[in-house]
Amino acid sequence: MTNPSRVRPAWGARTRTAPRLAPYVCVTPAVVLFVLFLLLPIGYALFMSFQKSQVSGLGLGAGARRQVFAGLSNYATELTDAAFTSSLLRVVIYSVILVPVMLGLALLFALLLDARRVRLQRFSRLAIFLPYAVPTVIASLLWGFMYLPTVSPFPPVLARLGLTMPNLFTTHVALLSVANIGVWGGTGFNMIVLYTSLRSVPAELYEAARIDGASQTQIALRIKIPMIAPALVLTGVFSVIATLQVFNEPQTLAPLTNTISPDWMPLMRVYDLAFNDNDVYGAAALSMMIAVVMFILSYSLLRVSNRRVFQGR
Amino acid sequence: MKLIPHGHRAPASSPRGRRRRPHPVSITGAVAGAALAALVAAGCSSSSSTPASGGSSSASSSGKVTLTFWTWVPNMDKIVAIWNKAHPGIQVQVQSQSGGDAELTKLLTAAKAGNPPDLAQVEYQVLPTLVSNNYLADISKYDAGLKGDFPAGNWNQVTLGTSALYGVPQDAAPMALFYRADEFKRYGLTVPATWAQFAADAAKLHSEAPGVYLGTFSSADPGEFAGLTQQAGAQWWSASGSNWTVGIDDAASQKVASYWQSLVAGGGVDNQPQWTAAWDKGMNDGKYIAWVSDIWAPSDFPTTAPGGAGKWVMTQLPQWTSGSGVVGNWGGSSTAVMAASKNQQAAAQFAAWLNTAPAATAALVSQGGIYPADSAAESAITSPPAYFSNEPDFWTLGKQYAAEAAKVTWGPDVNVAYTEFTTAFGSAAASKGSFLSPLAQIQSTVLNDMKKSGFTVAAS
Repeated sequence: MTNPSRVRPAWGARTRTAPRLAPYVCVTPAVVLFVLFLLLPIGYALFMSFQKSQVSGLGLGAGARRQVFAGLSNYATELTDAAFTSSLLRVVIYSVILVPVMLGLALLFALLLDARRVRLQRFSRLAIFLPYAVPTVIASLLWGFMYLPTVSPFPPVLARLGLTMPNLFTTHVALLSVANIGVWGGTGFNMIVLYTSLRSVPAELYEAARIDGASQTQIALRIKIPMIAPALVLTGVFSVIATLQVFNEPQTLAPLTNTISPDWMPLMRVYDLAFNDNDVYGAAALSMMIAVVMFILSYSLLRVSNRRVFQGR
Repeated sequence: MKLIPHGHRAPASSPRGRRRRPHPVSITGAVAGAALAALVAAGCSSSSSTPASGGSSSASSSGKVTLTFWTWVPNMDKIVAIWNKAHPGIQVQVQSQSGGDAELTKLLTAAKAGNPPDLAQVEYQVLPTLVSNNYLADISKYDAGLKGDFPAGNWNQVTLGTSALYGVPQDAAPMALFYRADEFKRYGLTVPATWAQFAADAAKLHSEAPGVYLGTFSSADPGEFAGLTQQAGAQWWSASGSNWTVGIDDAASQKVASYWQSLVAGGGVDNQPQWTAAWDKGMNDGKYIAWVSDIWAPSDFPTTAPGGAGKWVMTQLPQWTSGSGVVGNWGGSSTAVMAASKNQQAAAQFAAWLNTAPAATAALVSQGGIYPADSAAESAITSPPAYFSNEPDFWTLGKQYAAEAAKVTWGPDVNVAYTEFTTAFGSAAASKGSFLSPLAQIQSTVLNDMKKSGFTVAAS
């Protein structure tokens, strides 16, 4: 730095290369983080999915267990596991029940709030949104307590009406009981998204419709819903993705009932394998398959809806 | 959920619920979300939820050693304080766990990640699992001299019948029957000495008071069922040479399964899992008037049924043959040193102190509410637990049951068997169907799991 004749060319060189270097410098942190915390772990999980643990002898003592190459055997085991296939079927049914109900309610509430002359609008909006702010584990505990007849507040009320509380944890009803927690927690958020989208519809459209003599219902059906279709698609896709990953609710409810087994949902099965059965290799293989299915599903959902809603725009 | 929480329940809000928020409205993209799942599955993310879990100990410049210790014995920090005061050079730091099952899950993951504590409370039935993964240190060169302090049965569980030593026995866990003396009187039931009488009581109770039960068959408690089968003579695992034999579906286990199936079907025994809020309420308000449990139950009763002090009474587990005097084991644990610990000698020294020093075992009894395995400590306890102050001979009975406990060998994948138990018996209990098919299901799952890992294994 003391020799000005050396500083000068260096400065010149830097100005020349700066435009080429700058983008790389800027993008480096993101790339490094992406590689470190996404690509490497995925790569490691992929590696683990082709490994297995092999013991010799009784399997006790040092060096009795080694990690060896397993080929596709982990994948084959999990794919042919009856518990996994039934959990897969269960999660699809869960999604089919939950998503339409939740989005239907969210849309209904959004339309009601958007209609004119609704009293207590701000309060209602907050009240509907509030369950979303309750962590799912706490929500599940809360509902779990309400579902168990002996600690639930409902049986005494029902008894006054001459009714008894049904068992909410039978094999088939349990799915609805879990879905109910999802609807309760998720409706508010989707309602806000749809409502925000409704607010951005130009007011002239409604004016024109009213001049043409359209009723509120007609406006809702013919103008509002088509105008917010992109938002509906978006919330729909995200909801499907999220419901297929359901974990917190059933995992929290599982100790309360015989019906919800440790492998009740696909992600519970992953957890079960990794932590209960101490088989991280099988868990990695299962995770890979779930990741691929999720990727294909969400990609095709988005493509199909893009074509239909946005007309390829 | 599965492995026995040694009577100390894993709260439903245990760490396993704490994860990403898979809400129906999550804005996480599919790929990122699935990748996260993969991450978790691969165990890359440190699963330890204890903020201070620095893993292995660290020796500071002054030569002071700090050991981390995972345990779920209540008030262990107070017991450890006695040691810390006397041993300024070896400081032990207690990291409290919610229960046996939750701790095992964390321990397996932390050990795989190379970041376990120095010491851990380990239930006897999972010792082989940890040993077979090479996660436990052989402390025979430090603590082998303690052999004479413990009953042979307990010592055999921590050596796995080898010359190595994988832990110091902490508590013995013989099973016992607890019943509500006042309710038994009210319904005119006799305190059952045999399982036949227990079944007769269940039938009588059901006809007199449907909705009141002699306890419940809990699919959440494989260890309880395993203990009952031990009493009947079952050996779920046995080893000879380099071969394992699995006898989960043997005649003794089938006898026990059929017995409980008929009780559940008859309505005298409930089919709901234990350790839930509903179960607590039932234990407290007289819906459940008997509990097949264990010597450690006094540490659970005050929270489970606070209103029942002085009403619950412990008696011997009903027998298959009148007057035979055999009971099973449910839980029970040891203090083990992890292989990854850098201070195994100090840790082994602490483990020995905790379970044999009179000051420590006395505190374990009075503060931790556990029944010590150490023979000398066992004789030293006299006054009954506060909850059972109506039963002055409580510990005399305890000593008798401990001597009657069946010998047991645990296999290297008890965790797999126990998880499968929850699944298989969960649906069987819910439907009040056959209890024999879940037993066969557990047997085949365990056999497959062991074969997959390369064990030489056969069915008995």
